[in-house]
Amino acid sequence: MNTIKKIKNSTNQFAINWARFVIKNKWYVFVSAVLLTIALGLQGAMKFDGDYHVFFSKSNPELEAFDALQDKYTKDDNVILVLSPKNKNVFTQENLTAIEELTEEAWNTPYSSRVDAITNFQHTKAENDDLYVDDLLYDSGNKSDSEMEAIRGIALTEPMLVNRIINEEGSVTAVNITVRLPGEDSALEVPEVMNYVREMVDKFREKYPQFEIHTSGMVPLTTAFFEASMKDMALTGIMLLIVILTTFILTRSFQSTLATLLVVLFSMISAVGFVGIIGVKLTPPSSVFPTMILTLAVADSIHILITMLQKIRKEGMDKYGALIESMRLNFMPVFITSLTTVIGFLTMNFGDVPPFWDLGNIVAFGMTMAFLYSTTALPALMAILPFKRVDKKVSSKTSRFNFDWYTGFSSLVIKQPITVTVISLAIIVGLTYLSTKNSFNDEFINYFDQTVQFRSDTDYISDNLTGVYNVEYSIGSGESGGINNPNYLNKLNEFENWLYEQPEVIHVNAFSEVARRINRSMHGDDEAYYKIPNSREEAAQYLLLYELSLPFGLDLNNQINVDKSESRVTVTVKNLDSPSMIAFAKRGEDWLRNNAPEYMHAIGVSPMLMFSKLGFRQADSMFTGNIIALVLISLVLMLALRNFKLGLLSLVPNVAPVLVGFGIWALYKAQINTGMVIVFGMTLGIIVDDTVHFMSKFLRARREYGYSPHRAVEYAFQTVGKALVTTTIVLLSGFAVLSTSSFALNSYMARITVVIIIAALIIDFVLLPAVLILSSPIKKAKRKYTSILFYR
Amino acid sequence: MKNVLFTVVLSLALYTVSQAQDRGLEIAKAAEKADLGFKSLTSDLKMVLRNKNGQVSERALEVRTLELVEDGDKSLIVFSSPKDVKGTSTLTYTHKVGPDDQWLYLPSIKRVKRISSNNKSGPFVGSEFAYEDLSSQEVEKYTYKFLKEENNHLVVEQYPVDPKSGYTRRVVTYNKGAGYRIETIEFYDRKNALLKTLTYSDYKLYKNKFWRAAKLNMVNHQSKKETLLEFLNYDFDMNLTDDDFTQNALKRS
Repeated sequence: MNTIKKIKNSTNQFAINWARFVIKNKWYVFVSAVLLTIALGLQGAMKFDGDYHVFFSKSNPELEAFDALQDKYTKDDNVILVLSPKNKNVFTQENLTAIEELTEEAWNTPYSSRVDAITNFQHTKAENDDLYVDDLLYDSGNKSDSEMEAIRGIALTEPMLVNRIINEEGSVTAVNITVRLPGEDSALEVPEVMNYVREMVDKFREKYPQFEIHTSGMVPLTTAFFEASMKDMALTGIMLLIVILTTFILTRSFQSTLATLLVVLFSMISAVGFVGIIGVKLTPPSSVFPTMILTLAVADSIHILITMLQKIRKEGMDKYGALIESMRLNFMPVFITSLTTVIGFLTMNFGDVPPFWDLGNIVAFGMTMAFLYSTTALPALMAILPFKRVDKKVSSKTSRFNFDWYTGFSSLVIKQPITVTVISLAIIVGLTYLSTKNSFNDEFINYFDQTVQFRSDTDYISDNLTGVYNVEYSIGSGESGGINNPNYLNKLNEFENWLYEQPEVIHVNAFSEVARRINRSMHGDDEAYYKIPNSREEAAQYLLLYELSLPFGLDLNNQINVDKSESRVTVTVKNLDSPSMIAFAKRGEDWLRNNAPEYMHAIGVSPMLMFSKLGFRQADSMFTGNIIALVLISLVLMLALRNFKLGLLSLVPNVAPVLVGFGIWALYKAQINTGMVIVFGMTLGIIVDDTVHFMSKFLRARREYGYSPHRAVEYAFQTVGKALVTTTIVLLSGFAVLSTSSFALNSYMARITVVIIIAALIIDFVLLPAVLILSSPIKKAKRKYTSILFYR
Repeated sequence: MKNVLFTVVLSLALYTVSQAQDRGLEIAKAAEKADLGFKSLTSDLKMVLRNKNGQVSERALEVRTLELVEDGDKSLIVFSSPKDVKGTSTLTYTHKVGPDDQWLYLPSIKRVKRISSNNKSGPFVGSEFAYEDLSSQEVEKYTYKFLKEENNHLVVEQYPVDPKSGYTRRVVTYNKGAGYRIETIEFYDRKNALLKTLTYSDYKLYKNKFWRAAKLNMVNHQSKKETLLEFLNYDFDMNLTDDDFTQNALKRS
């Protein structure tokens, strides 16, 4: 007991000495803080990375498999331009001339390696013993109507084109530009491509107003990621306004508002410096760090300032005295809550998604700095700024109003602790059950909401032309040159046919189709020969002939490997959610395993599949992180409250809000994405503050004043009720700002955090007091040691 | 007065341009002349394809060329490996003006097929060489601009006449001190970005007149793939004639 008193006294003494030191050296302290901020800020560098690869750690097996496939064939990204003529018929002289021109122009796109369009499709035809492989269409301006009709007939029956480059009705067509980015600096290369494409499209629109144009593809996706980062970064401005406004309303003091603003700005600038020092590039998830830091850092200042102002306004203390008293009361709580928040954010490092490591580390650093500035620059500045004494009456009136309100509320809980507990637990259990009904969905197109051009254009494309998601298999033949072996080709053909039978499939691009097509052409375009050649020699020699006839950029290197031992099957599928996507790819793998020789077994890969598995992977890896966060934070709580039982009990109000949050989410969307996996650790560090405040007040009433549990709950309500509501409002506004993000990894994360924070407050006000009453012995508690946490 | 000055400047500029064009053409002609009279030539060729990860694939071919003066050369290429295309052969008549004629013999169906020769910018059997890089280099197929002279090396920019070419230009380095033999060629794609570099090495002088490189290495800077051509034995004494370059000869080969 003595040691505990010593700790209590020593922490008190430490805070008092600290405050005195800061006040005495106020100018030095403040200038040092400014200098530190400047020094860190100068290191700052904000670079953005929009490449979707950033979402995957180096060791991600899906990424490795996909990269291996791209290395085998060609590594390429694309821009797809979808053209819809107003007359709903692509095959008119005017429209085709325009498409031909655009295709020609598209070849000039920086880093382009290939352009696929209806006009330059390499059409194979036989005339006696001559084989012609040529553009399906050139010189459209001089083609007659009957020729146009013939071309329409070819195009709309060509499996390589339908549902990929042209729709079945012939009313919508695409120009697909493949680019091979050097990958040295995507921040430069991608805009180079996009600027060219946008300018080209603008000119085309002006010249040929009869077309509606939509743009999608991997390069626009990267651009959309870039732009999402920038946009979310811009939310910082709104948050800053909210910080100023809330602080002013809560403190009604210009000086306090200025001091708070400086503290949060210093913290934010320091975090920007940290970004520069560790040299990370910002991505959509990590680009929300300024808003998060603003939101979380403002709470520290508000605690210190409100106590100080109350001491001045209500108790009529002088400025320095109030400041020292406020520091004495708040130093430990601010330290503990900062610590739990930092722990919460650092656990993001356990995950498998690098952007969230960055977010966690940057915010953790920012919060550490916020603690430092709140306990140095803030008191120093308050000591420097002049203060007028405010009339006592005004503030006591408002506090009386609050007093009544919170007392009224507490009496509800106190009267019926058992009923309240049972009802609350029933609701929590019900929602927990519901929370298991959520399923992962990381359709990356849906990361962007409908206000984003990329999303609406991509939706248009999947509604009108082709799928935007695919799965790829690299299928081996077991020997060099083996792709010409009829056994291999026939099995590949079977796989192609099986794929077409699957309801999810829109288009299949397989080498077996090329083999069939050439065989037909070699036999005078006889449909009966639209099948795999009979012998390996035939197939190999036809392929040789065909390859000799292809023009620049339209070769088969994207489909067969150098050694001609493997070929690539690209399956375009409908928009599927993540579990269906994973199940579909698996079905393909299983078919190969059950029906084909071992060397033909392959695993499905694609960016879409990588994203589909990302949520599960993140959840698995975050599991440990969350347990560690829970254990650490509970330990901190036990130490802070100096009570093992209450520390354990605190698990209920800390874990329940997350379960409730996901339960309500199941009623709202029922689909969760990778961004929401981090929510548990993150919100735990934030909402634990409420519990700490409430429980410590309860304990203080029991231990120091010897109150009964009922009275202690009432006391807790009266003393911290308002503070909890106000910090919750600040947190809510911060995450509400983030929830307006057009990027779902951020907006969903923010939305569920809003739900969790509200749930946390309700649980702390309803369930926690009821449980505290029920679990406390009725006998009057002895005056015992008290918490090391001192609140007003 | 202003107009006069303008005219003088313009004509000077035009003069320099046309001078560079003349000099470029001169060098191309000198190179052609230096190699004139080899009559016919055979060689075994090993083609090594290498992708960015170092995976390798090989092809073996036999090349026969017949020199023609009034029109472009004739050539016959026979595939010896991989096994499934063994005996497949192509016959090409290059023309100084207009598209070349090309036939392919397929032993599996014992038929000769004529290939539409509009497309000659595509890769030759999956390699980094386009058909147009391998076909006979006739002076008439390009227009020229002389760039610079360094030591014995003359650098000339060449612009393909054929609109279906895969290139906007090539930058060719000739060695004046060694029979105007070509040392390197840089290829620029249709958007005028550097696409490939071809380096000739292990040159040997045959019959005291004809320089032939044993190795041609083509590096694609965009796909990071490479193809090495190794000419194993040049033979200038086969005395081939027109009869060895007919469709019948194609079937026999």
